[in-house]
Amino acid sequence: MTDAIEIAVEHRLGAFSLAADFASDGRLTALFGRSGSGKTSLVNIIAGLIRPQRGRVVIDGRVMVDSERGVFVPKHKRRIGYVFQEARLFPHLTVRQNLLYGHWFAPRAEAGGSDLDDVLDLLGIGHLLQRQPGSLSGGEKQRVAIGRALLAKPRLLLMDEPLASLDEARKAEILPYIERLRDAFGIPIVYVSHSVAEVARLATNLVVLDQGAVSASGSTIELMSRPGVPILSAAPEAGSVLDARILCHEPEHGLSVLETQAGPLHVPQRSLPVGSHLRVRILASDVLISLKPLEGISALNVLSGTVAEIGARRGDGSALEIGIDCNGASLLARLTSKSAEHLGLKPGNRVYAVIKSVSIDGQ
Amino acid sequence: MSDWLSAEEWTAVRLSLLVATTAMLASLPFGLAIAWLLARGRFWGKSLLDAVVHLPLILPPVVTGYLLLIGFGRRGPIGQWLYDWFGIVLSFRWTGAALACAVMGFPLLVRAIRLSIEAVDRKLEDAAGTLGANPFWVFLTVTLPLCLPGILAGMILCFAKAMGEFGATITFVSNIPGETQTLPSAIYTFTQVPNGDAGALRLTLISIAISVAALFCSEALARIVGKRIAVE
Repeated sequence: MTDAIEIAVEHRLGAFSLAADFASDGRLTALFGRSGSGKTSLVNIIAGLIRPQRGRVVIDGRVMVDSERGVFVPKHKRRIGYVFQEARLFPHLTVRQNLLYGHWFAPRAEAGGSDLDDVLDLLGIGHLLQRQPGSLSGGEKQRVAIGRALLAKPRLLLMDEPLASLDEARKAEILPYIERLRDAFGIPIVYVSHSVAEVARLATNLVVLDQGAVSASGSTIELMSRPGVPILSAAPEAGSVLDARILCHEPEHGLSVLETQAGPLHVPQRSLPVGSHLRVRILASDVLISLKPLEGISALNVLSGTVAEIGARRGDGSALEIGIDCNGASLLARLTSKSAEHLGLKPGNRVYAVIKSVSIDGQ
Repeated sequence: MSDWLSAEEWTAVRLSLLVATTAMLASLPFGLAIAWLLARGRFWGKSLLDAVVHLPLILPPVVTGYLLLIGFGRRGPIGQWLYDWFGIVLSFRWTGAALACAVMGFPLLVRAIRLSIEAVDRKLEDAAGTLGANPFWVFLTVTLPLCLPGILAGMILCFAKAMGEFGATITFVSNIPGETQTLPSAIYTFTQVPNGDAGALRLTLISIAISVAALFCSEALARIVGKRIAVE
């Protein structure tokens, strides 16, 4: 099977140069990086808004750009949906006309895609159809923009920090829609973000961009749990992501027990039935390390494993990340460099990871 | 109405409306094209084109009229060609008056449209492109509706300029009652003959009424359109 996206481009814009090379076949590939790392330029190259000076862009097996052969498919022929940071709805059209704008240009004959009812249903915007964009809230505008892109029957959906201009409440309102979109529509998504929490929750694959170059790419679960990934591991909210299943509930303690590859975890009780799948995230700063099994400790979640990898000290030298192999799954822990030295940690050491808290990141 | 306007005056009013409307509508497609080129084009000689378009605004109208006479007269290079190939005669005809008015109003038309095209958010055009619209459809469904207020303003300005045009018209097509005698020419004629004051005053009032109506009309249209495309 071919990858959904294959990119190898070089582009210079003044003092900034972008040289990105990666492939991904994930349902949702996150482009992660600081602002100014070239994320938006890269997405604009994929969409055809920027013509790269050199390189190749292949989407779903179709060559969109190949500078060596002089191929450049113009943006209106690429069929790549684009959800911009600001919704960019057409102010002179109603919500309904906005939604159907791209639908009108999409080839009728092509099967698949989604019809208006499915999209209205997915995004919960049926009641807005007759309104003008100017009268919508930020979250509503963004949902209409997602719907508009979907209805153009795209081969790929690009989302450039669609939540960046929204407040926390609006973000929480939209995230579940994006999850449903990822799972139900079968359109690969490229999602630009600088938020570790969003990436951990949504992404199946991850591409880390640093100063215009790809510094790491791979599966989200694997990359998030590895020390030494530039930018990502050092972020304050760095942490490992684990797939989990609800094993049982303990209503008398208000807890649910989750089964993960790394071992069982206790979390505050969930309303989901036993057997449901979840994605959990354990912040690196919420993991303590002990060389001996602990007795008489209040923490419920203690997993045992071996030290797999020790990250490099960062610039200020105060902290470093350690990867722990727990039964094949990987756990990230953040230690001060003093304690790492004090414990004399080396790869292969047997350790016990005490987990202070587990956050549930969605289904 | 014909009770208080003489047949000659009535003819001048009708002719002026015909000439101004023709000038406005006929120059619109060219105005749109030139405004687009000036707003979005990047080509050699752009500032030259800009200067040529604005020339009628700064030249004395008589000079513009004389240049038209040289170019579009029966013996002029363009006038000769138009006559030989299409049988079109402009000099001393109402069509010539419309041409003179169109040329004089053109800078105003282009300026208004150009400014409104420049004000259209290119990001919306990019969004339309990613949704599958080719550049022509983007122009028709996004750019054009968004600069509609500017286009309307330009059309009204062009119409008002055409209603008042005197110098270029009288130089190019003279002052022939029933053929090229527009409102300003008729007012001028009345002021040159004894006892013409009453006629000049009546036509002046009509001229003011038409101009004010055009102004109100443009305000009302701009408000309706502006409400529809209220910026996000």
